Amino acid sequence: MNNSNETAASAAFRKQHTQRFLAAAVILLIILWCAAGIDYSGLAAFSPQMGLEVLRGLMKPKWSFVYDGSGEDLASLLLLTIGIAFLGTAIATILALPVTLLSASNLWRSCPLVARIGKFVCNVLRAFPELVYAIIFVKVVGPGPFAGALAIGVHQIGMLGKLYTEEMEAMDETPVEAMHAVGAGFWQTMFFARVPQLLPIYSSLSLNHFEIAVRSASTLGLVGAGGIGAPLIFAIQARNWDQVSIILLGVVLTVFVIDTLTGLIRKKLR
Amino acid sequence: MKLQDTIHYSWYKHLFLVLILLLCLYGSISVTDADFSEVISGADQIGVFLSRLLHPDFSYLPKLWGPLVKTLQMSVTGTVLGMIFAVPFAFLATHVVTRNHVLTAIIRFLLDIIRTIPNLLLAALMVAIIGIGEVTGVLTIAIFTFGMVSQLIYEAIETIDYGPIEAAESVGANKIQIAFWSIAPQVIVQIASYTFYALEVNVRASTVLGYVGAGGIGVILNSSLALFQYERVSIIILTILVVVAVVDSISEAIRRRLA
Repeated sequence: MNNSNETAASAAFRKQHTQRFLAAAVILLIILWCAAGIDYSGLAAFSPQMGLEVLRGLMKPKWSFVYDGSGEDLASLLLLTIGIAFLGTAIATILALPVTLLSASNLWRSCPLVARIGKFVCNVLRAFPELVYAIIFVKVVGPGPFAGALAIGVHQIGMLGKLYTEEMEAMDETPVEAMHAVGAGFWQTMFFARVPQLLPIYSSLSLNHFEIAVRSASTLGLVGAGGIGAPLIFAIQARNWDQVSIILLGVVLTVFVIDTLTGLIRKKLR
Repeated sequence: MKLQDTIHYSWYKHLFLVLILLLCLYGSISVTDADFSEVISGADQIGVFLSRLLHPDFSYLPKLWGPLVKTLQMSVTGTVLGMIFAVPFAFLATHVVTRNHVLTAIIRFLLDIIRTIPNLLLAALMVAIIGIGEVTGVLTIAIFTFGMVSQLIYEAIETIDYGPIEAAESVGANKIQIAFWSIAPQVIVQIASYTFYALEVNVRASTVLGYVGAGGIGVILNSSLALFQYERVSIIILTILVVVAVVDSISEAIRRRLA
């Protein structure tokens, strides 16, 4: 009896072992196939000398670009980038709230279809890359920072809407039930039971998306949607490495400072 | 929590915060020259765009297959390459492994810097240095993965159980042995899970990398957008959507099994 039990256990162990081995082999094969499928010819054009030249240029940032009072300098462009990110996240936060009210399934118990439609809207909004929204809005409101803010805003409605909805559905329903029991209506439970519970989490999520928006805003200039992206691309294309260097430094520093600040606030919110 | 502690009874404490936020909002509106009436006056443009997007050009679908496979191959290769570098650096970025505050601080600072560069800018920079091509995309994805995942891993290492470390230490294991036999087994499942998460993020990201010439499906997305072929843009985005959804669900299933 004891013996047969042992063989069964070892057989199960061996079976699991084979399964793991097979899974590892399959994954390795997929990786090899992918690595083999890449066209490495681009690498041949790369010469170490050129790379060194780029690095040497990057080592000498053009400090005069930081501020020259023309409005086209690094400081004002970075301020503009932060402005785009803030306006974008603000638009997204304000508009994501009604979307959340529509897509949270615990608010639509009697009519689950509405919640499903709401979630579908979020998914569709999230599906398009920000760059595509930027291209659309550049056509709608003309090239400029406002187009960038709108692109970030619309994209983040989908992101924030999804996250807000998940938090709303995962929240503790006890206070809501307690208020229902004493005869509170929908909006009363909303403002006195749901909002107090969700406000810290929602603020934290919005701050997090402000961080993300700063990163996006610094790239949207590629399609003419304002911010630091356009000057950076021009500098890269003109191989103005000293200018590229100072702009990258500025972007990295800005993102770093904003990440640290929002990180501090979010830690306090928790 | 008492009722008196809720925001409804202490709103005046938050009034200051709201004022600051409103000020920031006003500032951002004036800095970006925002004029919301332009959105309404330009609404017909959105309508034109949407109506053309709603008629995807399905005949273009067979031509998408090649770039799509390429995009997936680039994402997988880049993710693996990034993970190979991310794991050792993540270990070095925790005090548990190194027992050296200075080394940990330096490595963390480096990782923080790498993480702050937006990936499209990274791609643009790599294209300028290496040249247009798929390798550029792979390297960009690798660096991006490296920055993102190393942080996730070192945060995971910080939450491990210290028992096995003390046990190994008490029988005289050195730092490398501790890292291999006491720490790695505790985080290996999380590392695997983060790899799939990174793959998800990278498949999404690699679709736009082509915009700056880093290969994959983004290249045709870019050319279709430039030529105003919105029927094609529509089918490309639809395809990306399906692929991302498939990758998401596969990786979610694997991650759930791992957890």
